Amino acid sequence: MNEHLENLKEIRTLMERSSKFLSLSGLSGISAGIIALLGAFMVYSKKVEITGNSNPQGILDAANLEGDFKLYVFKIALLTLLGALIGGIYFTVRKAKRTNEKVWNNLSKKLLINLTIPLIAGAIYSLALVQQNNMWMAASSTLIFYGLALIFASNYTVRDVFSLGICEISLGLLSIFFTGYTFLFWVIGFGLLHILYGGLMYFKYDK
Amino acid sequence: MILEQFNKTFESKARLGIMSVLMVNESVNFNSLKELLNLTDGNLATHVKALEEAGYLFVKKEFIGRKPNTLYSMTADGRKAFEQHLSVLEQFIKNS
Repeated sequence: MNEHLENLKEIRTLMERSSKFLSLSGLSGISAGIIALLGAFMVYSKKVEITGNSNPQGILDAANLEGDFKLYVFKIALLTLLGALIGGIYFTVRKAKRTNEKVWNNLSKKLLINLTIPLIAGAIYSLALVQQNNMWMAASSTLIFYGLALIFASNYTVRDVFSLGICEISLGLLSIFFTGYTFLFWVIGFGLLHILYGGLMYFKYDK
Repeated sequence: MILEQFNKTFESKARLGIMSVLMVNESVNFNSLKELLNLTDGNLATHVKALEEAGYLFVKKEFIGRKPNTLYSMTADGRKAFEQHLSVLEQFIKNS
C-alpha cells in the first residue's frame, strides 16, 4: 500500500517536472521589484530636483517633459529592465543548480518564447509612443504587455505567474483612466507586486 | 480482488513514469525521457517497446538536421488505460 502511495506521488511529481519549468526563483521577482523601486525613486527625485514640486502626479506627462528629463527617464527605464533581467537570470540559474534542473531545456525554451513575443511587441509599441512624446501611455502599455507575457508564460511554470499577469494587466488598464498617476501604477506593478509575488513564491517553493 | 484490476503493463516504475510524462506532454523525445526518468538507453528502449506493443504509445521518427530525433506520444487507448490505472490505484489507497 505504501508502495502505491509512493507511486502516485512520483507520478504527480513527474507530471509537474516534465511540463513546468520550476526553477523560476521567487528571489528573481524580489530583485526585479527592488530594482524597479530604485529606478522609480531616481526618476521621482530628479523630477523634484527639476521642478521643485514634490507632487508625484504627472511625472510622465509629456507636456512637462523637457528633452533632458525625458532622456533621463528613458535611460533609467532601460537600466531597470536590464537589472531585472540580470537578477532574474542569476537567481533562476542558482535555483536550477540547487534543484538539479537543467536551465536550458525544452520547458525553459517554451517559457522564454512565450515571454519574449509579447514583450517585444510591447517594447516596439511603447517605443513608438515614447517617440510621439506620449510617455505616460508608454508606461501603461509596458504594464499591459508585461501582464500578457506573464499569462502566456504561466502555462510553462508555476501557476502564481498567471494571477500576477492578471494584476499587471488590470493595473495597466486602470492607469489609462487615471491620467497623471501612471507613474504610481507603474511603481505598484513593477515594484510592489514583484516583491509581493516574489516573496510569496519564495516561501511557497524555494524554502 | 481489486488487485486484479491493476494493469500488468504498468507494473514497472519506469513505465508508470513514461506514461505520466506523456499524459501532460503532447510529445517527448527519447533523450528528455531518459533524463527525466533517470534510465539507461537500453532500459528505456525496452519499456517504450513494451508500451508501444500494448498500443499505449506511438513513435514518430524525424530528423533535426542529420540527427535522428525519436518522439513518443500517447495514444487514446494509452490515455484511457492509464487513467483507469490511476483511479484503481487511488481507490486501493483509499480502501486500505
